[in-house]
Amino acid sequence: MAKNISFTIKYWKQNGPKDKGHFDTHEMKNVPDDTSFLEMLDMLNEELINEGQEPFVFDHDCREGICGMCSLYINGTPHGKTERGATTCQLYMRKFNDGDVITVEPWRSAGFPVIKDCMVDRSAFDKIIQAGGYTSVRTGQPQDANAILIPKQDADEAMDCATCIGCGACVAACKNGSAMLFVSSKVSQLALLPQGRPEAAKRAKAMVARMDELGFGNCTNTRACEAVCPKCESISNIARLNREFIKAKLND
Amino acid sequence: MSTIDSRIPEGPVAEKWTNYKAHQKLVNPKNKLRLDVIVVGTGLAGASAAASLGEMGFNVLNFCIQDSPRRAHSIAAQGGINAAKNYQNDGDSVYRLFYDTVKGGDYRAREANVYRLAEVSNNIIDQCVAQGVPFAREYGGMLANRSFGGAQVSRTFYAKGQTGQQLLLGAYSALSRMVEAKKVKLYTRYEMEDVVIVDGRARGIIAKNLITGKLERFSANAVVIATGGYGNAYFLSTNAMGCNCTAAVQCYRKGAYFANPSYVQIHPTCIPVHGNNQSKLTLMSESLRNDGRIWVPKKLEDAKKLQSGEIQGSDIPEADRDYYLERRYPAFGNLVPRDVASRAAKERCDKGFGVNNTGLAVFLDFSESIQRLGIDEIRARYGNLFDMYEEITDVNPGELAKTVDGVEYYNPMMIYPAIHYTMGGIWVDYELQTSIKGLFAIGECNFSDHGANRLGASALMQGLADGYFVLPYTIQNYLADQTIWPRLSTDLPEFAEAEKNVDEAIDKLMAIKGKRSVDSIHKELGHIMWEHVGMGRTAEGLKEGLELLKKLRKEFETNLFIPGTKEGLNVELDKAIHLRDFITMGELVAYDALSRNESCGGHFREEYQTEEGEAKRDDENYFYVGCWEYQGSDEVAPTLIKEPLHYEAIKVQTRNYKN
Amino acid sequence: MWLIDSSIGRKVVMSVSGIALILFLTFHASMNVVALFSAEGYNMICEFLGANWYAVVATIGLGALVVVHFVMAFILNYQNRKARGNNAYAVTNKPEQVEWASQNMLVLGIIIILGMLLHLFNFWYNMMFAELAGLAGPFDNPSPSDGYAFIVKTFSNPVYSVIYVLWLIALWFHLTHGFWSAMQTLGVSGKIWFNRWKVIGFVFSTIIILMFLAVVVKFSLFAA
Repeated sequence: MAKNISFTIKYWKQNGPKDKGHFDTHEMKNVPDDTSFLEMLDMLNEELINEGQEPFVFDHDCREGICGMCSLYINGTPHGKTERGATTCQLYMRKFNDGDVITVEPWRSAGFPVIKDCMVDRSAFDKIIQAGGYTSVRTGQPQDANAILIPKQDADEAMDCATCIGCGACVAACKNGSAMLFVSSKVSQLALLPQGRPEAAKRAKAMVARMDELGFGNCTNTRACEAVCPKCESISNIARLNREFIKAKLND
Repeated sequence: MSTIDSRIPEGPVAEKWTNYKAHQKLVNPKNKLRLDVIVVGTGLAGASAAASLGEMGFNVLNFCIQDSPRRAHSIAAQGGINAAKNYQNDGDSVYRLFYDTVKGGDYRAREANVYRLAEVSNNIIDQCVAQGVPFAREYGGMLANRSFGGAQVSRTFYAKGQTGQQLLLGAYSALSRMVEAKKVKLYTRYEMEDVVIVDGRARGIIAKNLITGKLERFSANAVVIATGGYGNAYFLSTNAMGCNCTAAVQCYRKGAYFANPSYVQIHPTCIPVHGNNQSKLTLMSESLRNDGRIWVPKKLEDAKKLQSGEIQGSDIPEADRDYYLERRYPAFGNLVPRDVASRAAKERCDKGFGVNNTGLAVFLDFSESIQRLGIDEIRARYGNLFDMYEEITDVNPGELAKTVDGVEYYNPMMIYPAIHYTMGGIWVDYELQTSIKGLFAIGECNFSDHGANRLGASALMQGLADGYFVLPYTIQNYLADQTIWPRLSTDLPEFAEAEKNVDEAIDKLMAIKGKRSVDSIHKELGHIMWEHVGMGRTAEGLKEGLELLKKLRKEFETNLFIPGTKEGLNVELDKAIHLRDFITMGELVAYDALSRNESCGGHFREEYQTEEGEAKRDDENYFYVGCWEYQGSDEVAPTLIKEPLHYEAIKVQTRNYKN
Repeated sequence: MWLIDSSIGRKVVMSVSGIALILFLTFHASMNVVALFSAEGYNMICEFLGANWYAVVATIGLGALVVVHFVMAFILNYQNRKARGNNAYAVTNKPEQVEWASQNMLVLGIIIILGMLLHLFNFWYNMMFAELAGLAGPFDNPSPSDGYAFIVKTFSNPVYSVIYVLWLIALWFHLTHGFWSAMQTLGVSGKIWFNRWKVIGFVFSTIIILMFLAVVVKFSLFAA
């Protein structure tokens, strides 16, 4: 049975990328603990609007952990701390206690400028994918789907890499603002599949070049990214990306 | 009254699409470079269409409301995608997929469209595999399949419980490739607010830049909307928070017919509502029904105890459980189509057999299959869904609760039906063109392929079929005549007029300065829709619903409060625009439901049911697509136009999932 | 040049120079161990590594590696700070699997460099440099080729002993992360090898550091 909790929420307000930004605080009373974190923020906003104030702005959409839109840094952890990988929208208030102070911040990284409050601009991720996160096939009549057999193990591993939702928690958690986990997951997925092999070298080079160009930092293997990844992407992907990249460069 | 021409090609149903492609007009490569196409939406349909059109050489302008095309709600589809590959050698064929889809849709879909859908389904799988979509495979390296509701073959391809995500990322990657090639220009965090009609043809859109709040004009030779369904009119649904029907409703206001709005799919396996603050409902994939068994207690007193929390589901012995789907539909059992499963759950709960504190839930139990296959196998199949369920409810369905006389009882999941998908949508002809020339609608946004009920794993199929394999052909038949047009300037009076109208409508909303937040009114709308226009509808209830919706519109127009200004980012303003159109949409659903005096698929009128409680269709009087035409104002009731259905290949009969 | 222009290239430079330095440390530690057993043996090695052309070339090479490793570290750190942005989080919560060393490699590196300067002053300046420059020991020092005497002299001062121990601890932290991190960067890691490299790295760095420590301990506490 749900119980109610009361706590203080400290949330980041920032009016655009140039603004300095500050924290606002609000007392939340008697929130049922089977409420999701974002529903709690809905309640906060309802209260703010009823007081005639502007609501607290944050990104969210599917609210079932798959779209990758939600992006809050809660009490020092991207998406908040849970036992297994989960996005902000899958965080429930039962993880908090009566009397807590909950601090909500945006992803802070030069690669993700703040648009408003905790809404950040992650279009850099799209640009990295555009550099090469695909197989160059045209819509039309490719060969039959079963023409190339793929060992189950490879397909499963590719699937694990492909589950990345592009939320940016890896960048947010990284002290170097590096996007390597994101990039390596896509590179790995396609490198593991025969369909992706023909372009594997080109892809690794192009995507890393775009990532560097966009100002993301250098990976120093701190593993903060994999610790916070809601989809549990592994840094073994980063090793694979490094391998693909070095191999490609040595073959140039 | 206008007449409707669905432009279905001549010939037997199996040859129509081939004939069409053989004889349609094409655009030569040089001319393609001079033609612009606007695609609104980046879900499966939108992204695949934008990518394919870009590859063909057209200049594509692609819009989405989220920060990236990859966020579109197609991403949340879990179960899979159907195709008639017959890899399992279980007797599948294009015809059988076609037949199952038409039957699943309760004989209210257009034969020609569905056949085409079944025909191209195989290409989709080939295309996606070539893109690097990591579908599940067998140990031999071949693609794996699973079975889904409404079919007796295993034809569903899947990628864990994240098939929609993988397919969308495939389409997104194709789209990204075209963005890099500068064939697609991407506009993220833009919302289409109106379609611009010049000389009777759709020639552009007015879009709102959601960051700056500014309205911008875009012109093109054709406009494609792929903006999804209107499930959020019910407030609580499995749709994403951002899903809305503003683009579709705006097209409807500009003269596009809206077809079959009452066909709303209620998904049987969602996590039940838990409280007033809930913002959305979470779907548990239909695939769970492969190994999960749905039940309620046989005895009313057991249900009472469950409702008061005295006992748990696992306390009820096997003999006292009523596996009502297996009982009522022995041939399909737990795998009956969604509408049938949903209604059966409602029927049990209405009779008082609900199993949670609200009395609005049934059990989905894995005890039997865990004992048969082992927990490891079940976790391999559904582990992520079990985790998701536990995350939300704090109950682990894979956890052994007790063993009695050697029978293991695991914690059952609780599920209840919820709004999930809308079969109705903008009316389109065989070419996916709406009743406005040059305006096309694809994916969930149109009405065309699912009839009155959609089978599981068919939405992904339809979205990608439309985007990859249908629209890129049919749109050329239209564009071939458009090459004589110069690029239109957005300074034309039609553009100025459209922008002014949108701007004034926004000013009107900002000026209300009432007391209530958008969400509070939206919740009220959802309540009216669910109670009066929901799973079991009656003429009386619908009329009452329409009255309540009128009152709600008044409330909205007089008592809404939007903080801030229209300049810059204003989330509340955007939500208010959506809500305005959800109310219109809600009325449309109610009008259609009231006019359709029969029960079919997702539309169930309590007056029209058999003695056993099954839907009773009326093919004599309602064998048509109900198209609604806007009458110049939201206050005036729309007019019904009928597109009669003609079946050649399939004999229309009563749906039977019993034997 | 991709080794400088790309993020992975720069990391490759760090890895390769780092691995080379680990090899040097391995050699150095093995040599030190000799001092535990035999003064003559140790001095023979010192002789061999005195002002001979091959030793000088190796020293220059070694110096270059250190400079490359050091300079690149600063470049990477500068870029990473820029990528991080100016806004720091108000609350941070380090995940458990993030090693302390991995987040403080630069600080550890600076400590190591400072220690190294001291070490160069204690030994190299008085030995190889003195020989090269023809100095016969600037102060009242032992002869440049009597390395053993320098060890005895240095660790007779407890302040040096403590500094050297701290220095070696910093080096241990730096190595435990640096070892597997280098393998990861070179792409010779993966789901299985990640843990193997970690264990190998841990054991290897511990052995090396223990070898160094043994010398410090012996000559500080049990000087003959």
